[in-house]
Amino acid sequence: MTEISVPSSLDGVEPVQSVRTPIRMEYTFTPGVAAQTYLREFANKKILGNVSPVDGAVLVPPRGADPRHGALCDEFIEMPHTGHIGSFCVTNVPIPGRELELPYISAWIFLDGADIGFLNLVAECPPEECRIGMRVEAVWKPDEEIGMTAENILYWRPTGEPDIPFEAAGVRGWHVRKQGKTNA
Amino acid sequence: MRPQEFGAGMSENKVKPMRKVAVVAAASRQEEKMLDTEVELMIPLITEVRAKTGLDQTDIGFTCSGSSDFLAGQAFSFVMTLDAVGPVPPIAESHVEMDGAWALYETWVKFQMGVIDTALVYSYGKPSPGSLQDVLSTQLDPYYVAPLWPDAHSVAALQARLLLEQGTITSDELADCAVRTGTVENREDYFSQPLLADPLREADCPTYADGGVALILSSEEKANELCDRPAWITGIDHRIDAHHFGARDFTAVPSVRLAAQNAGVHDGPIDSTELHAAYTTHDLLLRKEMGLDIPEVPQRSYPIQADTLMASGLLRIAEAARSIWDGSANRALAHATAGPILQQNLVCVLEGEQD
Repeated sequence: MTEISVPSSLDGVEPVQSVRTPIRMEYTFTPGVAAQTYLREFANKKILGNVSPVDGAVLVPPRGADPRHGALCDEFIEMPHTGHIGSFCVTNVPIPGRELELPYISAWIFLDGADIGFLNLVAECPPEECRIGMRVEAVWKPDEEIGMTAENILYWRPTGEPDIPFEAAGVRGWHVRKQGKTNA
Repeated sequence: MRPQEFGAGMSENKVKPMRKVAVVAAASRQEEKMLDTEVELMIPLITEVRAKTGLDQTDIGFTCSGSSDFLAGQAFSFVMTLDAVGPVPPIAESHVEMDGAWALYETWVKFQMGVIDTALVYSYGKPSPGSLQDVLSTQLDPYYVAPLWPDAHSVAALQARLLLEQGTITSDELADCAVRTGTVENREDYFSQPLLADPLREADCPTYADGGVALILSSEEKANELCDRPAWITGIDHRIDAHHFGARDFTAVPSVRLAAQNAGVHDGPIDSTELHAAYTTHDLLLRKEMGLDIPEVPQRSYPIQADTLMASGLLRIAEAARSIWDGSANRALAHATAGPILQQNLVCVLEGEQD
């Protein structure tokens, strides 16, 4: 490597190890047509899904597209506030910035009639009792705190109803349902 | 070394396409501000080009896109936009964090490798949620230039000053260019405008727009089935100038001169040019470097009127192809640029078969 020569006034000066050039940019995010419709109704305690124009699959939350086919979804359907757990995870270590009491359960929740799930919290349920196929219902924030935000539902709790069979729960249910549709 | 010598030393790299590739369908949309998501923007465009060619996503050999996380304000934002393509069953896909013209180049290489017969190329940009002037600043040298946050118009003005003082261009030429590219009605209007970034006026600078563009490319084996008059890519090359401003001569663009040479621009008459010139200075400089006359035929659209970062370049190729399809041109030149003040340049020559 070439020897770098510096002015004698810099002799013995500590070398620069790093520089900081902070970059901050601000964005005004636009949720788009589908998410806007969803959030407006979510503020009225309604959960909307999109119906795929290709095969009628119900996608929650709606994103305006059936991502499998690149098809525009502009049909909305109102969903029930009950569903089942497709899969779950129990978190035992604290994560910086999350004020949740440990341990807590994150679950992939499939609403009744929905063909895909979404992530949310499950509470009022000891982790050892949580299971795939368990029926759950939404616990909403007090009405006066509800707005156009994904935080409207505090968590999901067990309903006590009989479980969905493992084979029909979550994404596996997709294939079971699809087969049912094909056979019918 | 003078910039000219670069060109002299490398002129033998002329690109000789081994396999004929054509642009067979295009769809595009630009608006000053869109409230749709990138997915909602791209689904109709991708659907349109697939419908025009009758191709299903499963018939398409390769899908390649161009976009920027700095516009979306989100990491890996292009992955979301694949919702607009429908990657089920799994597709062969790639992405460039560059204007879609470079996604097209990657796709063209894939054709040359002989592994595909059809491809979907798209790109999009939505500068409206953020500040494009800030976004463009972040592409500059991170140690010495970017921390000063020079805005894009000021950087273009530094270049414009040099061009004017050196006499490479005159303010009358700028005025005429502004009239020709439709940012003002006449010279008087131009000169009555206040200076925005001295010596540039508003009419010299781009208006930004949200937008997207989608194309279908095809090999020789299929092109005539998919399109009445395929726009054959007979030459394509891209070159890059130094990133460091200090290492560049702002009054010359050796990269575009070379790319034009290698793409065979001068092997025949050009009857339609689509330049990715966001500033009047760039239009004039690009024409000088590529030896192009002021065209009789206007461009189908001008980036200075609606510049969509990441899509303006690919849109040039789409517009050039449209000129071939509708018979208004037999040999069209499309140019795309990226980076500050014409740092990276891609030149593509499209030709239609003549009876």
